[in-house]
Amino acid sequence: MQISTPPKGSGPLQKREAKLAWGMLAPTLISASLVVILPLLAIFWISFKPIGLADLRLTKPQVYERIRGDIEKPGDEAELEYRLSNSSRAEPIRDVTMQDVLPDGLTILQLDERCTLEGRNLSCDLGDWEPAYREKLRMPITGDQAFIDAGSSPKDTEADISGKSSSVLFDTTFTLENFVLLFDGREFWSVIGVTLFYSVFGTIGALVVGLFAAMLLNKSFRGQGILRGLYLFPYVAPVIAVAFTWVTLFDPFSGSANALLLQMGVTSQPINFFGAKPQALIMVTVFEIWRYFPMSFLFILARMQSIGADMYEAADMDGASPFQKFWYLSLPQLLGILSVLFLLRFIWTFNKFDDIFLLTGGNAGTRTLTVNVYEQAFAVSNIGAGAAVAVVIFMILVVFSIFFFKFASQEEGL
Amino acid sequence: MSILRYGYVVGAVLGLLWGGVIAICVAIALSLTTGAAATPGLLAAMPAGAIAGVLLVLRKPENSGLMPVLLITAVSGAILVALRLAQPFGIEFSQNTMAQVVALAIFATGTTLPIGKMLHDIPFGALTRHEFEAAIIKFLTGFGYVFFSVIVAIPFFVMVMTSLKSQQALLANPLDYSLDLSKGWGLFRSYVELFRDFHFGRYLATSAFVSIMTVLITLLFSVPGAYAVARLRFKGQAVMSRSILLIYMVPMIVLALPIYIAFSMVGLRNSLVGILLIYPVTTIPVALYMLQGYFRGLPAEIEEAGLMDGLSRLKVIWQITLPLSLPAIASVSLYVFMIGWNEFLLAFMLLDDPSKFTLTRGVAMLNSSEIPRQHLMAGSVIATIPIMLIFLGLEKFMTKGLTAGSVKG
Repeated sequence: MQISTPPKGSGPLQKREAKLAWGMLAPTLISASLVVILPLLAIFWISFKPIGLADLRLTKPQVYERIRGDIEKPGDEAELEYRLSNSSRAEPIRDVTMQDVLPDGLTILQLDERCTLEGRNLSCDLGDWEPAYREKLRMPITGDQAFIDAGSSPKDTEADISGKSSSVLFDTTFTLENFVLLFDGREFWSVIGVTLFYSVFGTIGALVVGLFAAMLLNKSFRGQGILRGLYLFPYVAPVIAVAFTWVTLFDPFSGSANALLLQMGVTSQPINFFGAKPQALIMVTVFEIWRYFPMSFLFILARMQSIGADMYEAADMDGASPFQKFWYLSLPQLLGILSVLFLLRFIWTFNKFDDIFLLTGGNAGTRTLTVNVYEQAFAVSNIGAGAAVAVVIFMILVVFSIFFFKFASQEEGL
Repeated sequence: MSILRYGYVVGAVLGLLWGGVIAICVAIALSLTTGAAATPGLLAAMPAGAIAGVLLVLRKPENSGLMPVLLITAVSGAILVALRLAQPFGIEFSQNTMAQVVALAIFATGTTLPIGKMLHDIPFGALTRHEFEAAIIKFLTGFGYVFFSVIVAIPFFVMVMTSLKSQQALLANPLDYSLDLSKGWGLFRSYVELFRDFHFGRYLATSAFVSIMTVLITLLFSVPGAYAVARLRFKGQAVMSRSILLIYMVPMIVLALPIYIAFSMVGLRNSLVGILLIYPVTTIPVALYMLQGYFRGLPAEIEEAGLMDGLSRLKVIWQITLPLSLPAIASVSLYVFMIGWNEFLLAFMLLDDPSKFTLTRGVAMLNSSEIPRQHLMAGSVIATIPIMLIFLGLEKFMTKGLTAGSVKG
């Protein structure tokens, strides 16, 4: 008698399914690795490089050609000039070669020894160029009637020049200087402090305000939909529009907020909200809360509406007061989504760049880590230092993510 | 707490606070609409509210008609006028008389009616815990509505109004947002100049193109991916569904730097192709995550029936799964569209050529000391209005989309 056993391993059907699954995921995986993983690797590489913004331009040989003198009648002599230069002051260029096509009727009287002429094709082997190398390559020429009639010039065909150069980006010079500079500066720890303040208070604020808003709207009444839509505006509007509006509103000279405060006697002189310590940091945090409370409110509201009514009915029977119902029923039910939201929002606030960049540009004690990346890379023009900051951010985030997955997986099933 | 639990105490305290809240709101509204230097006068408004509160608690249940409430409304208004020596908002009554009368009426009704609602069913004497807490919660609710409406509305009000005024007028009186209607279409001068001289029409078109393309590419990539993660069994499925979100946690600025470098080298900076290479990848993970949450919720039996009837997997997706998940796809599309439309950082770093600007990049260009503020605000309005219109029209999809797949029902 044959005993039937369940098959071991994966059968052909399963294999086909897995193959299909990977096929369907492939576009996403490939694009994600190209745009996310590759840049991440690149940023590690760059952070160990002494590289500035100017080094990004690849060192290329430059050529500019013209005729010195006029050829007005056949037999007139003139000079064909190629002005050659290496625009880089730091990098040499090796094995420079140039190709050009001479116009019809133009004859070179004496060929430069580095050049050869085949038919009308001029090609020159110009050797190695020092940094900031300059040369005027001149050859006497003459033209015949056809050349004059055609009115052509050697510029009609562009000289093709190429050479080998190495960029700091690709060679093997490495340095730890970026990190040394980063950790040595007193600034670094203040940046960390600002980032933590912004992330912690921005996150908690957005959660608490969002919870409050969600409780307001967790009942059906006429106009609930309109209010819900209105309360989402800060989140939906482009950050650039609302950030500039806040800057306008809180301008120390022409802002309405200051005018109102002065008029109501709250303050005796205009407050420079976004321009001075420490209120600038508080203001950007308030902006963060204002802009992102709608997001927490949406998530919390969705969770609230999925809590069954029977629990509250039972509590009513037992005589629980409204505050007791909130404290002993709603809050424990919401704890899961609140903690997930806290972690997500914390990470996103930590990553936030646009808001502070637009509001203060990172001045007046509001420079967070992300703004520091931009500041180092573009304002100070030190790409390497910017990359080093980015690496630090990434490391911190890896720690957060591990924590997130340890924690969140037990909670909301994310 | 027990001292507080008397009807008249609760009435007075809530009335006091509410009177203050309404007075501040009315004063701000009056200042911003007329430019007059209105002040809330809390020392007068709060007692007015408190007295209204006590009177409302005093009123017997049989007097719950309209008349007593109107009377109390009149009393609270009169108290405000009397206590501030006939200047209810701290400005000469002859100035903006009409507006002041309206503001006074709003203050009186805005104070009395809500307090009446909060103190409904509250007896004059001792209160039970329920009655007390219910009153507090109603007060907090009312306060919440006012608070959120004010903080959301004011910035948008300022944005729109500034765009319609001139820089000089605002510098002269930063509070005066009253419009000079005699100017007619001249009010929209900033907008005309933006479209005529700053090519905002083209930026609008570019932004629309980029956002729509982003949506299409994102869907093209994320629908199959989401289906695979949600339905197909393969090794690494669990890891996949988790690690997708990880991508979303990498800060954009960290990626933007190497992308900037790479694009500078291969000449993709300043091109919409470059932008379209990057934007979808920033949205694919979250779209995939939202969609797979929805796909999991669909009954697998329908698809299995399709398979049994001889459809291939891909046909099942095309003919069964996709039609069933149209609402989710609409939500995701909207969300992705919003991200694409609002994206600022990459556009700012990668685009330098004004002929290729997206709208957000165009608005950023207006932030210079040589360009008047109203242009910047007009640009902001132009960037905001389309996304707001889409959002208001499809709000249901949007709110669903934002929470889809992340909250277990």
